[in-house]
Amino acid sequence: MLLIECPWCGPRDESEFSYGGEAHIVRPPEPDRLTDEEWADYLFMRKNPRGRHLEQWCHAHGCRQWFNAERDTVTSEIVRIYRVE
Amino acid sequence: MKRYSVFALARNALRFGPGWPALWRSPDPKASYDAVIVGGGGHGLATACYLASEHGITNVAVLEKGWIGGGNTGRNTTIVRSNYLWDDAAALYEKSLQLFEGLSQALNFNVMFSQRGVFNLGHSVHEMRDIARRVNANRLNGIDGRLVGADELARLLPILNVSARGRYPVLGASFQPRGGVARHDAVAWGLARAADARGVDIIQNCEVTGIRRERGRVAGVETTRGYIRARKVGLVAAGHSSVLASMADVRLPIESHPLQALVSEPMKPVLDTVVMSNAVHAYISQSDKGELVVGAGIDSWNGYGQRGSFGTVEGALAAIVEMFPIFSRVRMLRHWAGIVDTTPDACPIIGETPVRGLFVNCGWGTGGFKATPGSGWVLAHTMATGEPHPLNAPFALNRFVTGRLVDEHGAAGVAH
Repeated sequence: MLLIECPWCGPRDESEFSYGGEAHIVRPPEPDRLTDEEWADYLFMRKNPRGRHLEQWCHAHGCRQWFNAERDTVTSEIVRIYRVE
Repeated sequence: MKRYSVFALARNALRFGPGWPALWRSPDPKASYDAVIVGGGGHGLATACYLASEHGITNVAVLEKGWIGGGNTGRNTTIVRSNYLWDDAAALYEKSLQLFEGLSQALNFNVMFSQRGVFNLGHSVHEMRDIARRVNANRLNGIDGRLVGADELARLLPILNVSARGRYPVLGASFQPRGGVARHDAVAWGLARAADARGVDIIQNCEVTGIRRERGRVAGVETTRGYIRARKVGLVAAGHSSVLASMADVRLPIESHPLQALVSEPMKPVLDTVVMSNAVHAYISQSDKGELVVGAGIDSWNGYGQRGSFGTVEGALAAIVEMFPIFSRVRMLRHWAGIVDTTPDACPIIGETPVRGLFVNCGWGTGGFKATPGSGWVLAHTMATGEPHPLNAPFALNRFVTGRLVDEHGAAGVAH
């Protein structure tokens, strides 16, 4: 079970959070100018690294704020928690 | 290959000696092969086996970073079924189920395929409507299945709690009589033995560290045991597919998650079928050794560590105990996780990548074991001919560009 440090509420049990997948994916400002490949890349393609992963979490059963985390996908160690800019 | 038979058994018994040869050789890798399969799990071994037996391509190596069958092939809950909703998926999984039905004979190796039937429970009116729709779709596709009401379920599964006051009231189920379980290790060993007998080199403890390309097509793989040239390379690495594909700058729509399972202490026969529930993320069967084999849902977060969170198995076991109160005092002996490669539409990705000669067979997510022979069958065809088999044509990587997804979340979901 992960212990996740919410930037607002402090360390809480994983079961209070929901996972939001890869962080820093920005919706393209003008989707209609993209090729199908570029749109597919935005919608579906993911880095899925073995090792450090930048990802989004939401404290769904707490303050309901979104934040980012850097976590090792092998050891599950949370290296860094940082706010969404 | 020494064939197994009752006579061979008698001969070896009378000889009192170690008359059984090793199931496969352990050769050193050659400098080049016609085809290299990366990943020595069931799918990779089946691919190599069918490349040799169906397409006459025997200059093939299977590269496995650990021991064959030591990944998800040895970590799943061994359920085999084909009751998928959409035509494309149903045809692919049904082909695999049919291959399973003849696999022990074809391999001359008992994979202990036991067609004890698979129930998929429904817990709400809405879920029962979905199940009825899926059963009807299966029957139109010639796949066996029927709808079972709660009364009949109570007769067929006397240990199932079908009381209307349960936390997860059971309103009915779908039943696929031809579904069942197979011995996962035997599937890997039988396929490896058959592939080896046809000339395939199975190279264990050989990790691929790079993929070399020349003018847009694959040239070979760097490994911990040296460089191996190959004009055709198949990546069949389940949870590590993204890592391998990135070595060739191929991006995949895959996220890897831990999927947890447990077995209990062995008990007398108590459950003679497979019971799955998508809604509560739990499924259960009893192995030939008497252990209850329990599978949970995936952990939500990406992970490669082959372990998940306790809360996930706690939820699955709470649901199992609610549905089967008789199991409330059963002790669990072992618990583990495998790394599953999930896709946005819960369907696999099989075919050539933008790098010519580089093929992927991945994205089987939580349900790859049932597809083992079928997956190998279609990838072998694709690699041998350069064209997808009609069964895997709908599952090409470019479906995420064209938008022609095959949404199997209903039938695949979590409970495979």
